[in-house]
Amino acid sequence: MSAVEYERAPVIADGGFETPAAERLEKIWETAPGIRGWLSTVDHKKIGIRYIVTAFVFLVIGGIEALVMRVQLASPNNTLLTPEAYNELFSTHGMTMIFLYASPILSGFSNYLFPLVLGSRDMAFPRVNALSYWIYLAAGIFLYSSFALGHGPNDGWFNYPPYASREYNPGPNIDYYSLGMILLGISTTVGAANFVVTLIRARCPGMSINRLPILVWGTVTVSVANLIAVPCVSLAFFLLWLDRNYGTHFFTESGGQPLLWQHLFWIFAHPWVYVIVLPAMGMVSDGLPVFCRRPLVGYTPVVLGTITTMVLGFGVWMHHMFAVGVPFVSTSFFSAASFVITIPSAVAVFAWVATIWTGRPVFTSAFLYFASFIAMFVIGGVSGVMTASVAADLQLTDTYFVVAHLHYVLIGINVFAVLGALHFWFPKMTGRLMDERLGRWAFWIIFIGFNLAFLPMHLTGLFGMPRRIYTYPEGFGWGALNMVTSVGSFLFAIGVLLYLVNVFRSLRSGARAGSDPWGAPTLEWATTSPPPPYNFPVIPKVASRHPLWEKQLGEGIGESSVRRGLLLDHGREIPGTSGLDGDPDVILKMPGDTYVPFLLAVALAAGFVGLLLQLWWLIGLSVIGCTAAVIAWLWPRAALGQRADRDRARARGTVA
Amino acid sequence: MSEQVLSEGRLPVGSVGKRASGWWGMLCLIATEAALFGYLLFSYYYLALQGGGVSFPPAELPKFALSGPNTAILIASSVAVWWGERGVKSGNRARLVIGLLIGLVLGAVFIGIQFLEWSNKNFTLSSTAYGSLYFTITGFHMAHVAAGLVGLALMAIWGGLGYFDDVRHAPISIGAVYWHFVDVVWLTVFFTLYVTPYFW
Repeated sequence: MSAVEYERAPVIADGGFETPAAERLEKIWETAPGIRGWLSTVDHKKIGIRYIVTAFVFLVIGGIEALVMRVQLASPNNTLLTPEAYNELFSTHGMTMIFLYASPILSGFSNYLFPLVLGSRDMAFPRVNALSYWIYLAAGIFLYSSFALGHGPNDGWFNYPPYASREYNPGPNIDYYSLGMILLGISTTVGAANFVVTLIRARCPGMSINRLPILVWGTVTVSVANLIAVPCVSLAFFLLWLDRNYGTHFFTESGGQPLLWQHLFWIFAHPWVYVIVLPAMGMVSDGLPVFCRRPLVGYTPVVLGTITTMVLGFGVWMHHMFAVGVPFVSTSFFSAASFVITIPSAVAVFAWVATIWTGRPVFTSAFLYFASFIAMFVIGGVSGVMTASVAADLQLTDTYFVVAHLHYVLIGINVFAVLGALHFWFPKMTGRLMDERLGRWAFWIIFIGFNLAFLPMHLTGLFGMPRRIYTYPEGFGWGALNMVTSVGSFLFAIGVLLYLVNVFRSLRSGARAGSDPWGAPTLEWATTSPPPPYNFPVIPKVASRHPLWEKQLGEGIGESSVRRGLLLDHGREIPGTSGLDGDPDVILKMPGDTYVPFLLAVALAAGFVGLLLQLWWLIGLSVIGCTAAVIAWLWPRAALGQRADRDRARARGTVA
Repeated sequence: MSEQVLSEGRLPVGSVGKRASGWWGMLCLIATEAALFGYLLFSYYYLALQGGGVSFPPAELPKFALSGPNTAILIASSVAVWWGERGVKSGNRARLVIGLLIGLVLGAVFIGIQFLEWSNKNFTLSSTAYGSLYFTITGFHMAHVAAGLVGLALMAIWGGLGYFDDVRHAPISIGAVYWHFVDVVWLTVFFTLYVTPYFW
């Protein structure tokens, strides 16, 4: 073998977890113990679990904020919170749930699962994966430090000027929010690029695009959308920050327009709604059929529906602005588009119902979450269609009806899917099953608590209670409904607490899972629980959509080969595969663990602190630090197959 | 353990042309950056049409005296980088380095002339929405040119160190396509800020 390898005939071998080859792979892929490994790991499984844990922490924090608000709103004329404190609470609650929980939790599952379901050993860009997490963590800390210092965002999560401008909001609150969101946007963007390239290039042989799990479709669809949508909100926040700090006129007088903010924000934020539900729908599409003991009904329509929903999702943003006074022709167009989008987004609902109907359901906790998810989706979808009508929207906008709707969407279609998915994949991640008895108790308390809290809230809205008021007078008929909502929300919280108790108990003493406790069809169940650092001792080769159900289904041509495949043990390696068919066309050399992503995230975060405090020396240091980290990152290395072999060049006479 | 060689034969190893993950990562970066500039220009057109009370541009129509030649310079830098990349594809390392250095110098000249153009303006970032947009859009673009210059310099150093040959030069292709993208963005910025005002 020459110093720099240009090509090789890869070895095909029989795989096993106890063989010398597996031991070698273990050494190649394992993370160093202790703090060293903690800061430098690029293992997608560790990063995925970190994402999930961090996002859950934010879910709990955001939930506590919600409970404080529900105490305040439980009865009329309450004085637990001042109007200012209430403003910060509801804004921070929205920011937390929408940006720091809902999307990162799904990234966590996808980070963990992508290489496993795709039959590979890592994501296309392992270091980007680490970077994405560290920046997310930094942005979360950045945004929360504002709240801790009493300068949390206070203009709602969508942060409209002119109230967000310096003139009306002189504190640092909005500057924190603006810069934090830009920082978070970088994390989302690099993460999205990683998912897209992983799908295109880093699958196992035979994983053609008609064999991908729906989760992969969902996540990649929203990742493409993120690449296009996230710069819009980052730009909007940057322009707002300029307006506030350097006297520009994007959203203020002298030619600026507050409405420009609303356009830029919703061009991003409506697609974002789909970003935080489509991967969750994907998890249900993959998880639910396992408990119905049959494949998903209508794989192709569900995939096409997912993509169509996302595409149309870019054309409905103005339905958030019907009450603003945009021209009639615009409202008509966006109203029509908002009705049309119900068609592709409903495809999956019928597919799930048909899957349950024609299957043999097993009523596990995971199944209960997935099935109730469908019901929540229908309720949230129907209340959403109602606001697509301009006439109805003018009545409903800015009332608690919208709050009820968006909570059915975000909790119903995101949280329920996530809680079910965790039941489903917990044994893969930890090697232990979650307790079913406690799981069912938690489920029913969560289900009843949630609906008790949010179903009556539709009425609260129809009776005219505006959202975002810190209290309300007696005699409007809102008191009883609000009390019911508050009671429901505490019940919901108790359910979540039980769920967490279940998680911690099962971690220590849950039943051992084995590699495939549910008898599931996809590749992640073909390896041990938890999987070894190298995921698979040999790279599987698949011949159908359900490699582990082939015997029962008799589908596909030929047979998938899970126990025999490419060994790839010359350092960290995965096959690179062609876009559509998943044919291997290169052996990719993968980077090992490194501190560079962590250091880059630290340097970047320091720069944002510098921008916030206008400390030019810190900004300068950050630019130097980031540049140095990027150069270190990109420097071509022979071990990664990025450099030419000098001897070869000399032999060919192209170098003197 | 039984072992056999894959029947399909030999596969390339490591970063090779468009099979390198970095190439696809760069396409993702370009997509997201293209969107960013799309939204910047959207903001420009939106405020030009809806802003009210402020003329776009404020006093006189933008001049081509500096911006025209500067556009040509940037396009020439793209050609130079392309020429250099063609060089490494045939194994000619010297041509690669020369092409990159020419591109680097032309890019630096572009930035210099941009600063000159900025200093000639009789409005500022904070005078009106037009000024805010003009300096923000051209500033964003200039930042991208600056990042590209760092990239070209690195590529030239790596080329000089003999890191690349006719097969292994993925970082050059990846860096070059970014540079071409930055130039294409300039054409859209130039068209928006300098050409369209003549038509309304």
